[in-house]
Amino acid sequence: MGAQKKRAAAAAAAARVSEDPDDLARQPLQAILLADSFTTKFRPITLERPKVLLPLVNVPMINYTLAWLEAAGVAEVFVFCCAHSKQVIDYLENSEWFSQPNFTVKTIESHNIISAGDALRLIYEQNVIHGDFVLISGDTVSNMSLTQALQEHKERKKKDNNAVMTMIIKKSKPSPITRQSRLGTDELFMAIDPNTKQLLYYEDKADHSKGTICLDKMLLAENPSISLHNDKQDCYIDICSPEVLSLFTDNFDYQHLRRHFVKGLLLDDIMGYKIFTHEIHSSYAARIDNYRSYDIVSKDIIQRWTYPYVPDVKFCGNRATKLERRGMYRALEIEQSRSAQVGSFTVIGYGTKIGSNSKISDSVIGEGCTIGSNVLIEGSYIWDNVIIEDGCELRHVIVCDGVIMKAGAVLKPGVVLSFKVVIGERFVVPAYSKVSLLQQPTVHDSDEELEYADNSSGTVEFSSIQGTADQSNGEMTSESSEAHKPKLGTGGVGYIWSICEGGQEEEWRHSVAPIPEDKLTELSEAMDDDQELVTQDRTALSTSGELISDSNASEGDDNEDSKDDSVYFEKEVEATFLRAVEENVKVDHVILEVNSLRLSYNMTSADCAGAVFYSMMKLAIKTPHSSASELQQNTANIITTWQKLLKSYLLEIDEEIEIILKFEEMCLESAKEFSPLFARILHILYDKDILQEDAILRWADEKEGADESDKVFVRQSEKFIQWLREASEEED
Amino acid sequence: MPDTQVLVNDFLNKLKKRKIEGSQATARQTAELLRSVISQQRVPYTNQAGALIDAVKAVGEQLIAANPVELAVGNIVRRVLHIIREEDLSLTTAAIGGLNLSAVSDDENDDDRDGDSTLSAAAVAAAARSTLRPPSLQTLLEDTPVSAAVPQTSSSGGDSEGKTADKSSRSRKLKHDVIEAVNELIQDIVTCHEQIAEQAVEHIHQNEVILTLGSSRTVLEFLFAAKEKKRSFRVFVAEGAPRYQGHLLAKELVARGLQTTLITDSAVFAMISRVNMVIVGAHAVMANGGVIAPVGMNLVALAAQKHAVPFVVLAGSHKLCPLYPHNPEVLLNELRSPSELLDFGEFSDCMDFGSGSGSPLLHVVNPAFDYVPPKLVSLFITDTGGHNPSYMYRLIADYYSADDLVVQRRATAGN
Repeated sequence: MGAQKKRAAAAAAAARVSEDPDDLARQPLQAILLADSFTTKFRPITLERPKVLLPLVNVPMINYTLAWLEAAGVAEVFVFCCAHSKQVIDYLENSEWFSQPNFTVKTIESHNIISAGDALRLIYEQNVIHGDFVLISGDTVSNMSLTQALQEHKERKKKDNNAVMTMIIKKSKPSPITRQSRLGTDELFMAIDPNTKQLLYYEDKADHSKGTICLDKMLLAENPSISLHNDKQDCYIDICSPEVLSLFTDNFDYQHLRRHFVKGLLLDDIMGYKIFTHEIHSSYAARIDNYRSYDIVSKDIIQRWTYPYVPDVKFCGNRATKLERRGMYRALEIEQSRSAQVGSFTVIGYGTKIGSNSKISDSVIGEGCTIGSNVLIEGSYIWDNVIIEDGCELRHVIVCDGVIMKAGAVLKPGVVLSFKVVIGERFVVPAYSKVSLLQQPTVHDSDEELEYADNSSGTVEFSSIQGTADQSNGEMTSESSEAHKPKLGTGGVGYIWSICEGGQEEEWRHSVAPIPEDKLTELSEAMDDDQELVTQDRTALSTSGELISDSNASEGDDNEDSKDDSVYFEKEVEATFLRAVEENVKVDHVILEVNSLRLSYNMTSADCAGAVFYSMMKLAIKTPHSSASELQQNTANIITTWQKLLKSYLLEIDEEIEIILKFEEMCLESAKEFSPLFARILHILYDKDILQEDAILRWADEKEGADESDKVFVRQSEKFIQWLREASEEED
Repeated sequence: MPDTQVLVNDFLNKLKKRKIEGSQATARQTAELLRSVISQQRVPYTNQAGALIDAVKAVGEQLIAANPVELAVGNIVRRVLHIIREEDLSLTTAAIGGLNLSAVSDDENDDDRDGDSTLSAAAVAAAARSTLRPPSLQTLLEDTPVSAAVPQTSSSGGDSEGKTADKSSRSRKLKHDVIEAVNELIQDIVTCHEQIAEQAVEHIHQNEVILTLGSSRTVLEFLFAAKEKKRSFRVFVAEGAPRYQGHLLAKELVARGLQTTLITDSAVFAMISRVNMVIVGAHAVMANGGVIAPVGMNLVALAAQKHAVPFVVLAGSHKLCPLYPHNPEVLLNELRSPSELLDFGEFSDCMDFGSGSGSPLLHVVNPAFDYVPPKLVSLFITDTGGHNPSYMYRLIADYYSADDLVVQRRATAGN
């Protein structure tokens, strides 16, 4: 009878996959689960334990993903392990996942893989994927049903062989104050064809400050309608055709799934591969990318959005937990003092002891923890076997296994304590600091390449990281280890990691703590500043969302945009120029840099000329000078030194006129000191062959009809112009 | 044994992941599973009933823990345990009757089966019980001398040793009888709809207006049976938010030619004055006559009470639970996903934990069940007929043995 049942179940599973007679569709559904995120956002915890095994509401994350895959009808999962692969494999072997009927889990292990792209290339070489597969990372929580998305994918694939991937997306409204407070990820812009659901554009690093995105004109030309979204969330669940793997192999430079692969496919119009989207509505899907999304997803789980993957359902061998009123989850054998107050939306693990007068709210407490009396725990994640002595205070922190907090210790918001750290008596750990028994590796660079390069660190021993860091050239400042050794109070064990450079800004974005008040007001002020921009965004993007061609962008707003842009551009150029002056960078290099800025801001060479000139004059005025003649001398010097730079942008007469206009503007507004020197500097510029006489004359002619107030400088340089006129006449 | 283990694990998985919906399906599958457990279980020469009970308890404990909210699982486990005890009792009665008390004839035995225990049979039963299983609290209180004799008989086992040949045939017979009885139980579960529906004409009269909430197969069959008997009546269906199973019910009723009106749950109070009878299904019926039913039922029951409309609950006997409800709104409830109530995307800006104090101001609670207290229920219709809520405890005593209320293997089990 057992066999019969099994067969029936298998048949049901097969039927669920697809009913069409296609041979390919008969394949049982496979999945690739990447048990490594190839990032370092969860450091220092991930130095000791792989991210997929970190407990999420007291259950290792990978269990959520596997449970979902199993429920979604996937028959075979390849778990790709890289960092800490041994731990992952050991865990899986001891779990129930290897003994499930109709669901096989196989592990693929490799240590020298540094990106998702490499992992997929390796899997392709192994030749284990035979049909459509689900690509997911081991930190994704979902309860969606794959049936419909899979069906759509297969149907599209039948019609169009180039439809290689279906990306699952979900609506997620940006909050009015901040767009990234929910998952802590960058804002994501997508352009989707509303009829076919084809993905046309994907940009996850949109510049917040600019408030603009650039769409290729061809997109608008080729598609009758496009809907632009900033309210979609990428669930990082993809249904892929087997071609995807070969694509990765063909393009060996693809590393990141989104930044390289998706964008690569979207830009590449030779092969014509297409990516489609499938939006889910009622079901849940989210990926844990950083500490903030860890916090958010945990809370979503406690609020039961991920049902049936919630603590009181034993979906993967978790402990029996009972749900009580006000969202309190309590496992068995908890010792709780009568006077302890356990607030709503709290999970308390098996065998935990809570002392008298302790207050716990919105938190997750692991198994076997001992919490003393008068302890305050708020919005925190405390893993297993943690000892918290009397009078400690924890607000919005993550505390890993085996940590000991001596009496009276205080953790400020955003603190992360890695495994087995000991915090001394009455020690206050400052906000957003990360404490680990391991020293901080000395490479801090948010640069992506480096992130890839050192993410394998999980497998490499700690000391060797430091070794490589030291070997790599002197550009990286290897900090002395004394710097990491502030004592953690009396009896404290561990190192406080210093926050990496520029990280201060980033810390609050990705931490478990809610965004502090001042940052919120800052953000909302920033929003007010470009209010128009925001309203424009709202009306055009989030509400109706459907742009018919490019008719929607209103004139006024365009100006606003470009003005805004040029201000930024000017600032950038100035910064580049000043740096060049300070560091004696070669002119050619400066030209290169300015050119790249020009491209990225989409500016004309006239703008460049203006900006470069502006920065030169700024420099001149900043150089100390006592009199007007000295200033003139300075200016002349600077112009002589950097004339090559300026000249490279003066291709046509228009640009020269732009310079004069710019100069005029400066004299009127920002650098009034120049105004008496206008004519003389104009002369210098003429002498240095930067300005041709045509340009000056054209400028003068243009000004002829202007207001009196505008003509101040034309007047001033009247003699010079006169002289130029005569000279040219003579030549004729 | 490994074969059953696979089946058990499979079923456990399904229960844990909430893949089986509806108490009837759960009950039937549980019974089938237990049947195969029993048939696979190897029975020792002595104390066969004990071995079977242990085996069933071992599996039952896991099953109940897998989904504590689905009470039907526990009910069926207890029913099967009760069946084993009963069958064992009747066999022992026969054996002891044949050997020692020759005066007790076979008809006595039959009588015992029928439940009309005569005085002598009761005495025999008490004796048999004491030889075969540990004493229950009841026997301890009622009959001290008999229970005092228990350790002797069970430890020495003297009287059973001499009759090994007889035993082996008896054990085979016991297993066979138990499986027979479990088959009957499965049959009962499968046919409970028809059994209940048979009584429909006695309750639904011409031109009546019936109100129901949500969807229940039992209710559907019940109404349809009345319709088949040429009763003409109208049905109001409350849609049963947030799962809206009432919509499905309305569809089915219309497909079978019944005049149907669909209303929202909130309109129940407005419509109740026009209703002659409320007929609803239940998730489980507790020992005190309280009902665990789809959410919204308490509202309907209160409305019915206010307007003195009879509130009739249809429940197959597998839904009778021998437990008393303690804090039923929470402990016997399943909180489902909030996404059934509102769209996550639309409300995700309210779930913003990143700002403010870190805890969201919006909480969504989506309980699956309501508890209707017994005083609001006018009548239960089970497959054995109509009963008053206050009679439930008696019905439960028929189906369950008091020793099985807590399905847990004793730590010292396996004597």
